[in-house]
Amino acid sequence: MNASHHPSDDLLWSYASGSLDEPSSILIATHLALCPACRGVVAKAESLSGELFEDIQPLDVDASALDSVLARLDDEDDEKFETVPQISDAQHDALGVPRPLKDYLPNELGNLPWRWLGPGVHYSAIETQARGPKVGLLRIAPGTKVPMHGHSGNEMTMVLTGGYTDATGSFQRGDVEAADDGLVHQPVADKGEECICLVVTEGELQPTGMIAKVLQPFFRI
Amino acid sequence: MFGVQERYDVPSSPAVVIKGPPGNRRGRRAVIGNKSGATALPDTVVMTGLLVAVAEKRDKDAFAKLFAHYAPRIKSYLMRQGANQASADELSQEAMLSVWRKADRFDANKASAGTWIFTVARNLRIDALRKERRPNFDPEDPAFVPEAEIAPDHALEIGQTQVRIKAAVATLPPEQAEVIRLSFYQDKPHGEIAEELGLPLGTVKSRLRLAMRRVRTALGEKE
Repeated sequence: MNASHHPSDDLLWSYASGSLDEPSSILIATHLALCPACRGVVAKAESLSGELFEDIQPLDVDASALDSVLARLDDEDDEKFETVPQISDAQHDALGVPRPLKDYLPNELGNLPWRWLGPGVHYSAIETQARGPKVGLLRIAPGTKVPMHGHSGNEMTMVLTGGYTDATGSFQRGDVEAADDGLVHQPVADKGEECICLVVTEGELQPTGMIAKVLQPFFRI
Repeated sequence: MFGVQERYDVPSSPAVVIKGPPGNRRGRRAVIGNKSGATALPDTVVMTGLLVAVAEKRDKDAFAKLFAHYAPRIKSYLMRQGANQASADELSQEAMLSVWRKADRFDANKASAGTWIFTVARNLRIDALRKERRPNFDPEDPAFVPEAEIAPDHALEIGQTQVRIKAAVATLPPEQAEVIRLSFYQDKPHGEIAEELGLPLGTVKSRLRLAMRRVRTALGEKE
């Protein structure tokens, strides 16, 4: 089944034009692997970028530049292209971790360094070379209620396994939810399967309910 | 303001020896310059034909023409993104070398030459100037969800796509064109663009969305 909650066009534009930060790009690229519709939007945004690129005021390059590049072509095997790495085992794993995310994980999902955050909830941070938002995986046991919380900055969530529901709707594999400053929500993981989400956070999460206040350290992810 | 990158580390690659200028290439460039009739075709069609010749025939004359058209644009793009002149010169050569090496991945049914070469330059910039990785989807990924077959009457010719986009860009309301251009030409998050324009972040985002909607509509999507 294809995703039904998509990232907004301004995010897809930023990804296509190349101004989106790396942590958010991991989430967008992972969504794209699962969502043909958004790949179509990105292709259009790239065509728009291509148009602006064609339109740019060209700057003179040194007259010798072409010669030195041509000389480097001569050093290469003319018939050979840079080989594209192929996955040898093309076995279709519909529920696997999409490649853009997998490339950042040291292990299978089950064997990541999961940190306990609260009852039924674990978190594992993903390392990037980038400044900017934090990115990591949230693992929620089936049926668990995540304490009510608000946001001090933007947060983006994408479901990898299982699903969850909050006041704004139901989110399944591939679905993206963007929460901004205003949103206060209480996601509940669907019963039956563990819910693993990719989460990009800009600000601190702000617990609002009483229980959440007790669990405040929980939110320091 | 973003900091201007003062130096750039050459990515580790097999030692590449730059030989002295081999012979007189100017004559060769002149020969490929004007085939009669070629000038009547839109640039994008000509350039795409040249890139296909590079991919299929390893045609160096075609490559030289692509270089003459795109290297000055890549250089300009990189300098706007904060590269200094020396690294912009070096990186635009690297980008064109990548075009040569990866030309077989170019699919003329999916993108114009300009769009594809832009993506090569963009990825190199993120790697070399921003020193970040660029996560990208991979159709060979076992978890990849492929598209359903596209109905033929919905698929636009690539040449037609670029023509329509050009028209859409030309008719964007000025405030939408402004945010699209700012976010394209400068490597800035939306928050910084909002600050620069003295606008709320939400306004910048909604202008980008409106501009994207116009482009999507111009390419035949229903509103």
